[in-house]
Amino acid sequence: MTEIIQQRAPVEAPPARAATAPAAPDVKPVRRRRRDIGAAFGLVWIALVVLAAITADWLPLRDPSEVTDAFSAPPSGDYLLGTDAIGRDVLSRIVHGARISMAVAIGATSIALVIGVSLGMLAGYFRGAVDSVISLFVNFMLAFPPLIFLIALVTALQPGLVTLVVALALLGVPNFARVARANTIAFADREFVTAAKALGARPLRILTRELLVNVMLPVMSLALVVMATLVVAEGSLSFLGVGIPPPAPSWGGMLAAGRESLSEHPLLVLIPALFFFLTVFAFNRLGDWARGRVGRESSI
Amino acid sequence: MNAARALSRHAGSVARFLLLLFLVTVAVFLLLELIPGSPVDAILPPDATPEQVAAARAQYGLDQPLWERYFSWMGGVLQGDLGRSYQTGLSVASTIAERAPVSLELAFLAILLALAVSIPVGVWSAYRPGGILDRVSTFVISATLATPAFVLGILLVYVFAVQLGLLPVLGWTPFAEDPVRHFERLVLPVVTLAAGECVLFTRILKGDMMATLQQDHVLSARARGLPTWRILLRHALRQSSFSLVTVSGVVIGRLIGGTVLVEAIFSLPGMGTMVITAINSRDYVVVQAMVLLTAVVYLVINAVVDLTYPLLDPRVRKVRTS
Repeated sequence: MTEIIQQRAPVEAPPARAATAPAAPDVKPVRRRRRDIGAAFGLVWIALVVLAAITADWLPLRDPSEVTDAFSAPPSGDYLLGTDAIGRDVLSRIVHGARISMAVAIGATSIALVIGVSLGMLAGYFRGAVDSVISLFVNFMLAFPPLIFLIALVTALQPGLVTLVVALALLGVPNFARVARANTIAFADREFVTAAKALGARPLRILTRELLVNVMLPVMSLALVVMATLVVAEGSLSFLGVGIPPPAPSWGGMLAAGRESLSEHPLLVLIPALFFFLTVFAFNRLGDWARGRVGRESSI
Repeated sequence: MNAARALSRHAGSVARFLLLLFLVTVAVFLLLELIPGSPVDAILPPDATPEQVAAARAQYGLDQPLWERYFSWMGGVLQGDLGRSYQTGLSVASTIAERAPVSLELAFLAILLALAVSIPVGVWSAYRPGGILDRVSTFVISATLATPAFVLGILLVYVFAVQLGLLPVLGWTPFAEDPVRHFERLVLPVVTLAAGECVLFTRILKGDMMATLQQDHVLSARARGLPTWRILLRHALRQSSFSLVTVSGVVIGRLIGGTVLVEAIFSLPGMGTMVITAINSRDYVVVQAMVLLTAVVYLVINAVVDLTYPLLDPRVRKVRTS
């Protein structure tokens, strides 16, 4: 008998750690308010990468495309992270490559957010025919496996940064549309919306002044997750050689190039790999933190 | 009355599915039209005369109106004709058939491995949350989540093939040639592909199991004195395993993209390397065929999952019809 009670105990009261399980919101325990070291690291790291991406041209770095005769040099005072197979400065290429990762993470995610939230809120507020048309559009985009969707788009459009950002933004739209629609539906029946309607507010005013604020909270926490996804997607495309055309530095391209000399110069692979890991990890930790703060009232 | 309502509900989703299928084929057909420059430019010399261009266009049927070309293309697709590669002149369908087994074997083994790891880990960490396995798996999960497949693949090659020399580096050996070598070469690609799915399965299963374990029938099974393994497997896992079916659409989509990446990392002769080679050599018919094939397979699997899920899980059926 005591054995049964002992066995049940941990099941009854799962510790806070279990809160990451997404499928069971009803067992989510109250989060302890404590400093989230992972999220703090994430914030600092992302801030550093963004800063590096913005100031890349003014930092005291070599030209990322400058070819020297120091081929695959190890890290030294001259080249802090060494040079690649044709003698280009790895540190400079990492910093300039951060531009592409951040352009994608912030630029593409912002575009996807604006389009997705607009579509989702319209669908969720008006329902009916508007909802059917928007849902069909969203389902159409979801009909392609993500990487295939991107490959098709970068094949059809000219390769380059603009194409990449547009393609990745389109990939992110359905996520935002889904969350915005679900939350708009959830909030559209609340008293403050009814009150606004009774006061004669028009749909546009209700959507922007009453609903948008409530929808944006879960949307912002989703945005962090989408950023991580899009950084990985950009890396995958560049790694496959269909992202940013080669001479321009990108982390995925550096990985693909470094793979050729993996046994002799592993650093050429390990350095971009580390930057990918830290950046995606940072976005994920921030995303988890934000999801914990948004709470269970809004559905993600 | 109920039957009629159920029928009309399914008719609606079938109609939506067919409409989506039609839109997808139109979009994939238009994909080639969007590409700047005519496809014949890729095969003709740059100094070709207008007559030569016209002849080549007529040969590939490019001089006909758009809608006519769509229907003749669709007619061919329905008969299994995906066109001919502009580069090699070979039938795209037969090239795909030749390369599909590699990709399918990779994906199948990866799913098996992911299930084999995630079911025991998910079940046990739901049963003992906060225990050693739970803490280790939570740590491994967050590390794996931050490691994209192409990073993980290269790191595995570096550690196991280059540094330790345990496994062959890259490339492919057909099963018929040398079965042992064949599987040796598959170990790292399968692990790379399985890692992401394993993380997804474990998280989903653990979340669902933790809820299931708090239900009354589990308590009653305990009260009847059933052994723990029997409660976990027969009473809880059986019910929670349906949650895995709900993510199968996501999993298939990720697997299709994942095999492309993994084949590129490990130089395997599957459909993924075929499509990447085709993009780089501007062989757009092959790209078009692959996009069409993967989108249709993906769409059909998702539709089948959506329609059969209520049949598998009586709880969903009950909620929907009430």
